[in-house]
Amino acid sequence: MSSNNNPASWQLNCSVSIPKNAEFVTLAHGEGGRLSRKLIQEHILASLNNEYLIALNDAAQLPKIEGPLALTTDSFVVSPLFFPGGDIGSLAVFGTVNDLTVSGAKPLWLTLSLILEEGFPLAILDRILESIARAAQETCIKIVAGDTKVVPRGAADGLFINTTGVGELITPIPSGPETLQVDDELIISGSIGRHGIAVLAAREELGLEPLPLSDCGSLLQSVERLQSGIGDQIRCMRDATRGGVAAVLHEWAEASELTLSIEERNVPVSPEVRGVCELLGLDPLHMANEGTMVIAVKPGAGAAAVEILKSIPETATAQQIGIVKSRGITPVTIRRTLGSEQPLDDPLGSPLPRIC
Amino acid sequence: MKYLDEYRDPQTAQLLLDEIRRITTRHWTLMEVCGGQTHSLLRHGIAAELEGTVELIHGPGCPVCVTDQAAIDFACQLAHREEIVLASFGDMLRVPGSHGSLLDAQATGAHIQIVYSPSDAVELARKHPETEFVFFAVGFETTAPATALAVKQAARYQLENFSLIVSHVRVQPAMESLVQAPDNRVQAFLAAGHVCTVMGYESYESFVNQYQLPVVVTGFEPLDLLDGILACVKQLEANEAMLENRYARTVQAAGNRAAQDLVQEIYQVCDRAWRGFGVIPKGGLELRPEWQQFDALLRFNKPEIPVIKRDECQSFEVMTGQIKPPECPHFGKHCTPESPLGAPMVSSEGACAAYYRYGVTTTP
Repeated sequence: MSSNNNPASWQLNCSVSIPKNAEFVTLAHGEGGRLSRKLIQEHILASLNNEYLIALNDAAQLPKIEGPLALTTDSFVVSPLFFPGGDIGSLAVFGTVNDLTVSGAKPLWLTLSLILEEGFPLAILDRILESIARAAQETCIKIVAGDTKVVPRGAADGLFINTTGVGELITPIPSGPETLQVDDELIISGSIGRHGIAVLAAREELGLEPLPLSDCGSLLQSVERLQSGIGDQIRCMRDATRGGVAAVLHEWAEASELTLSIEERNVPVSPEVRGVCELLGLDPLHMANEGTMVIAVKPGAGAAAVEILKSIPETATAQQIGIVKSRGITPVTIRRTLGSEQPLDDPLGSPLPRIC
Repeated sequence: MKYLDEYRDPQTAQLLLDEIRRITTRHWTLMEVCGGQTHSLLRHGIAAELEGTVELIHGPGCPVCVTDQAAIDFACQLAHREEIVLASFGDMLRVPGSHGSLLDAQATGAHIQIVYSPSDAVELARKHPETEFVFFAVGFETTAPATALAVKQAARYQLENFSLIVSHVRVQPAMESLVQAPDNRVQAFLAAGHVCTVMGYESYESFVNQYQLPVVVTGFEPLDLLDGILACVKQLEANEAMLENRYARTVQAAGNRAAQDLVQEIYQVCDRAWRGFGVIPKGGLELRPEWQQFDALLRFNKPEIPVIKRDECQSFEVMTGQIKPPECPHFGKHCTPESPLGAPMVSSEGACAAYYRYGVTTTP
């Protein structure tokens, strides 16, 4: 349901209280005049200031770097804007940083575009900007350019964010899923489905206890340690965002024309996520993650990769979940509890909870 | 996971499988009534393990699959009206009506809200008195008490902006219509544990006596299902027909009286069109006259939309056990979850979806 006909608008499903006499974003904030400058100076620069951004040039002037570049862009639309374990601001930074890091790049610079809905409380914007600043600091990325637009009330779900990230590729660069080979080992960096379930539980006010927490976070440290430890053994890495682990495995199977086979009992799933999935008929392998990745390494390197990942708090529950096989009838298979090997289907759109 | 892992233990499952194979002297055909059981049988590979010993055929126990196309068409029509929000469980959204699914309707501007319980729809109606909320009340006896409660809540709050499209269906009349069919192949039933949790199983006594078929109340986990199958086979091998409860941790003989009373207070039994089956006598529930102010059919003019039957879908043959999904000429070719010809391929509990999802593309 779009926001203009959704009776539960972004203001109602946002868990952050809005102060009395709060100031709100108006269309004039996006029209380039005094109010636009006020928004930038008093809110955006107050949170995100650095030597590149303060110049307020039309384009950021950036220093030369030695290695090849990685470039990625992503847009973030999430409801509610604040969810257990994160918010749209930290999600926007970690999401883009993770896209760079799993590509084998050191994150350097980020652009930030905010599309604000008329009437959005500035106090909430400030909280999101603070969250963006913290996430950027944690991942050592600098926000060097940005843009702000305001759209009429009802045209956006409170706030949309677009980011573009630039990073420097670090040698050895992962060779990519098309280079997967038979007997390569597949690893997951942590328990799966937490972001999808946390957002679902918050959006639908499912009243769950304990509250499922999103894995929204940075993979930077884990990837850096993997690269320095077993860099030449890594074929590919991918953060398992929308579509979850199943979507990543399908993409890799398609790229390599091999079959990727996993063991259900080895896939780490937290009790909270498993409980909600059992209840609603959802598959954790289809649920979104925001700080969990799938890694494919050369044969025999899986144990070392898991050991490295387990030494870092964010990826302490890493597990080897399967291997790459020669192409069978189906691209991705899963061996279930009672021993039968079955196809693992590619997620079809967003998961829909079942009736009973 | 507590109360779950102990019913998925592979070693115990193997023992039960061995026991079923050991005592079976001839081919038996069992029907699991519930779509949740169908999925569990395929997901855990039980149907394949029993190939050549016990044939499992899949019953009509998916409320989404059997919801009449006309009801879906009506829901889509209402959702397109400016003043109405249609509230529905998630798994109704992909099921095709004559002119597309609720998701298709949403994409063209219809107002649809997924809810997790009927009471959520009542709450929405309370919070937004300016909007009409219509709840698409689909489900077997398992969900009928919750929608009955929602009706009472709406009455207590004196809501004038809440109504229901009542499409509740009843399991036992469908089982009776199956066994009365001349080509019936069912030799024993695994009765749906969830339905019996609400309704109890006493009413099956007369069914068992009349039709002389074993009925075993069965749960949904692999060990529940294997235990239920074993109980059926034991009876069949001994030439017995009895009613057994193998889901005693949840199901009592009388069921949940409070839930039954609630359903009795709000609904009355009616004949109902089941998708693929036609009208099943006493196959549904409708609002009693004293609650009809909450009936969306009466509140809103139902437009005359021709129901376009999709004759190519063989859902009736699938849901009555005449064919297995892969025997349908369209299965996996013209009919997939992305472009389903009928509800059993799209519903999360549909038999065709289960076969497709778990890669069972051939039949024994």
